[in-house]
Amino acid sequence: MDLKEKLVSSFLAFESKVDVNHPVHDIRSAAIKNFELKGFPNKKQEAWKYTSLNNLQKIDFSVFPKKENVLEYKDVKKYFLHEIDTYKIVFIDGIYSSYLSETTHDGVDVCLMSSALTKPMYRQVIDVYFNKVASKEESLTTLNTAFSKEGAYIYIPKNKAPRKPIQILHLATGNEAALLLQPRNLIIAEENAELQVIERHQSLTENAVFTNSVTEIFAAKSARIDYYKVQNDKESATLVDNTYIDQKDTSNVSVHTFSFGGKLTRNNLNFYQDGERIDSTLKGVTILGEKQHVDHHTLVHHAQPNCESHQDYKGIFGEKSTGVFNGKIIVDKIAQKTNAFQQNNNILISDQATVNTKPQLEIFADDVKCSHGCTIGQLDEDALFYLQSRGIHKKEATALLMYAFANNVLESVRIPELKTRINSLIAQKLGVRVGFEM
Amino acid sequence: MAYTEEELKKELETKEYEYGFYTEIESDTFPKGLNADIVRAISKKKNEPEWMTEWRLEAFRIWESMEEPEWANVRYEKPDFQAISYYSAPKKADPNKTMDDVDPELLEMYRKLGISLDEQKRLQNVAVDIVVDSVSVATTFQKTLEEKGILFMPISEAIQKHPELIKKYMGTVVPKTDNFYAALNSAVFTDGSFCYIPKGVKCPMELSTYFRINEGGTGQFERTLVIADESSYVSYLEGCTAPSRDENQLHAAVVELIALDDAEIKYSTVQNWFPGDSNGKGGVYNFVTKRGLCEKNSKISWTQVETGSAVTWKYPSCILKGDNSVGEFYSIAVTNNFQQADTGTKMVHLGKNTKSTIISKGISAGKSQNSYRGLVQVNSRAENARNFSQCDSLLMGNECGAHTFPYIEAKNKSAQIEHEATTSKIGEDQIFYCNQRGIDTEKAIALIVNGFSKEVLNKLPMEFAVEAQKLLEISLEGSVG
Repeated sequence: MDLKEKLVSSFLAFESKVDVNHPVHDIRSAAIKNFELKGFPNKKQEAWKYTSLNNLQKIDFSVFPKKENVLEYKDVKKYFLHEIDTYKIVFIDGIYSSYLSETTHDGVDVCLMSSALTKPMYRQVIDVYFNKVASKEESLTTLNTAFSKEGAYIYIPKNKAPRKPIQILHLATGNEAALLLQPRNLIIAEENAELQVIERHQSLTENAVFTNSVTEIFAAKSARIDYYKVQNDKESATLVDNTYIDQKDTSNVSVHTFSFGGKLTRNNLNFYQDGERIDSTLKGVTILGEKQHVDHHTLVHHAQPNCESHQDYKGIFGEKSTGVFNGKIIVDKIAQKTNAFQQNNNILISDQATVNTKPQLEIFADDVKCSHGCTIGQLDEDALFYLQSRGIHKKEATALLMYAFANNVLESVRIPELKTRINSLIAQKLGVRVGFEM
Repeated sequence: MAYTEEELKKELETKEYEYGFYTEIESDTFPKGLNADIVRAISKKKNEPEWMTEWRLEAFRIWESMEEPEWANVRYEKPDFQAISYYSAPKKADPNKTMDDVDPELLEMYRKLGISLDEQKRLQNVAVDIVVDSVSVATTFQKTLEEKGILFMPISEAIQKHPELIKKYMGTVVPKTDNFYAALNSAVFTDGSFCYIPKGVKCPMELSTYFRINEGGTGQFERTLVIADESSYVSYLEGCTAPSRDENQLHAAVVELIALDDAEIKYSTVQNWFPGDSNGKGGVYNFVTKRGLCEKNSKISWTQVETGSAVTWKYPSCILKGDNSVGEFYSIAVTNNFQQADTGTKMVHLGKNTKSTIISKGISAGKSQNSYRGLVQVNSRAENARNFSQCDSLLMGNECGAHTFPYIEAKNKSAQIEHEATTSKIGEDQIFYCNQRGIDTEKAIALIVNGFSKEVLNKLPMEFAVEAQKLLEISLEGSVG
C-alpha cells in the first residue's frame, strides 16, 4: 500500500478519535477529498520542479504514534532557547507534553489547538479563522487540514502583548521506525497586538520523520508579529512547512527562516496582503552540506495599494547539497504604489552542490516599484587574500566572509539571545570558532 | 528623433495597422487538413529526395503523438490543425527565375513595404531572399556571395543541391522531437532560407530575408538553417509583416544556427506581424523555435524586436557547447491592446569559460500581457561560466501586465551568475520635463521608450535600427494614459 492510500484509509480511523459533529469536521472531510484527488505533488508540477517526494512515499510511516513518550528536560535543554524566559508549547512525537511546556491564559491565550478545536469557548474564533487563509487546493496543505487536531493555538487580543516570546518545539523520539507528524498551528494577533514566536522541529534519533506542518497567521490592523523558524534537524528528517499569513491595514509581519539541516526541507511561505500600508518581511539564511536539500518557495500577494514587501534570502551550499529558491510576487491591478523587493544571493562552495533559483514577478499595476536580484557566485578572492595577508587563517577568513554575507539577514532578528544562538550555529556549521560576537 | 512632427502626425492619423493590405496573387493552395498524404504531397511538390520525405513522415508521426504545450503564460483559442492549408505557392514561381520573371503584382507589394529590390541592390548592399507564402521568388546578390563560396538559397533548393550539408546539420540543434510546434514544422515546412559560410570567410554583407504571410487561411512554416564554418562570420537579418486578417493565422517556424569553432553568427529579427485590431480580433499566432549551437571559441548573438503578433511564444536560445563560447540575447518586446507575448531565452552552459548575456526589455500597454521566461543553466563541467541577465519591464496604463519567470540552475561552484529585474512606469516628472521643453506627451513617451530600449536597439544593424525605432512608436500609439 503506498503512502497516499494509507493516509486516505487512516482517515476513517482518525474520525473515530474526533468529534465528527463539529463544523471543523466538514472542513476535514472536504480536505481529504482534495488530497485523495490530487495525491502527493510530483516533479511534473511547476511548483515542485526541483524537489521530489518520491523516496519519501516508499517509507511506511506510522500515522498515529502508539504511545506517549516522556523526555527529561536536561536531555533536550539544548534545543530550547533556554537563555531567556519564554512560554513553551512542546510536543513529543506529536503529543503535547505538559511537563516540558509553559502555557498561559493570562490576558492572552497561548495553548493548544486540540482545546481550541473542541472547547465551546473558542468556537467563535475557530469559525472566523480556522482554515480561512490556508490553501484549500494545495494537496499537502489539505492533507494536514484533514488530520488537523493538535498544534499551537495563540490568540492575542486587542492592544495586548504576551510578557515573553513563545517557543513552539516539536520533538521526535524515534520510538517508531518512521513517523509522520502533522502539526496545525493557528496564530491570531488582534488590532495593535504584538508577539514573537520561535519554532523548531527536532528529531532525536536517526529514525525517519516526516513533518507536514501548516501554520495560519492572522495579523489584524497594526498588529506586529515576528516569527523565527530554526531548522537544524538530523539527516533523517523531512519537513514540509506551509505557512499562510493574512495581513490587514498597517500590520507588520516578519518571518525569518534559518535552514542548517535536515534531509529535505520545503518552506512554503505565503503572504496575503489584505489592507493598506502593510509591511511584510521574509528573510532566510541557508547553510547546507552533505546531501541536504532546502527549497524555499515564497509568495507575496499585494492586493491593496501602498504596501511594501522585502525579501532577502542568502544561501551557502557545500558538499552535495541542493538549494532551491522560488520567489513569486504578485501585484494586483488596484495595488498601486506597491514597493516589492526581492533578493536572493547564493554561494556554491563545492562542485557537487546545486542551486536552482526562480525569482518571479507578476505585475498588473503600473505605478509600482518592483525589483528582484539574484546572484550565484563565490567568495571574493581579493577579500580572502586581504584577510590572509593580515594573518587570519584561510579557514577563519572564509568563515568571516560568509558571516558578512549572511549578516544582513541576522540584523533584523529582534531577540538578541536568538541572534547569538544563530551565530553559534553558523560557526558550528562552518566548522570554525571566531573569537568575537557578531 | 530622426523624423519631423508632420511625419509623426501623419502616422498618428493612420492608426490601423499600416501594412494591412492584401495583394491578390493567384495561389496554388492545398486542401485544408493534415495527414501523411499531405506531408507526402508537400515533399513531392518540392521535388524532394526519398530521405527527406521519410524525415518529414517521421516528424509527422512524432507530432501526432505530442500534445500542445500549455505552460506558457498566454491564453488563446487553440488553432484547429485540420482547418489549415499547409501549402500555398505563388503560381509564377520558377526555379530559374530572374528579376524580370517576378510577378509585377508582387513587386508592387514590396514597393508598399518599402523593400524595392533594385533600390536594395544598389543602395543598401543587402542581399534579399524574399519569401512570399512559403516559396522564394527572388534572390539577389547570389553572384557576389558565390565568389566567396557562400551558399545563400531557399532551403528547398539546398535540399536538392547540398544534401550532404542538410543531412549533416538539419535537426541537430532543434530535433524533430523537441516540441509540438518544432515537430509540426519538421513535417510540413515548405520553405525557408539556407546559409552556409565556408571556413575563414567573413560575409561581406548582411544577409536578409523578408517573410510575408499572404494567402488567407494558410499557415507559414519556415525552416531556416545557418551554418558558419570555422572562423567565419555572418550577420543575418529577418523581418516580417503580414496583411490584416480576421481569422487567426498560425506561424510555427524553426531556426537553427550552427557556429563551428571560432565562428560568429549575429541573427537579428524585427517582427511586426498583424497583432489583431484594438478589440483583440484577429492577429497572428507566432510559435517559434530558435536555437543556436556554439562550438569552441564561437559566438552567437540574437537580437529581436517583437512588436507584432496576437500571441508570441518564442525563445531564441544558445547551447554553449564549446569551451570559451559566447551567447548573447538582446530583446525588446512591445505589447499593446490585447497582445500576449511569452518570450525569453535559454542559455545552456556546457563548455568551460562560457559566457552569456541577456538583456530583455518588455513594454506593455493597453490590455496586453508581456512575459519574460528564461533559463540559465550551468552544468557541472562548465568551469568559470559567467552569466549576466537583466530584465526590465515598463508598464503603461493599469490594465496590462508584466511577468518574469527566470529559471537559474547552477551545478558548478565556479559559476558566476547575476540576474536582476525591475518593473516600473514612465515617471510623471520625466513627462513633465519633456512637456515644459515643448515636447508633447505622445512624443515624450516615444523618447523615453527609445531611451529605455537603447541598449537593445544599439545592437541592431543600421537599416534595422531605424525601422525598429519607428515600429516601437507605431506600436505604442494611443497608449498614453
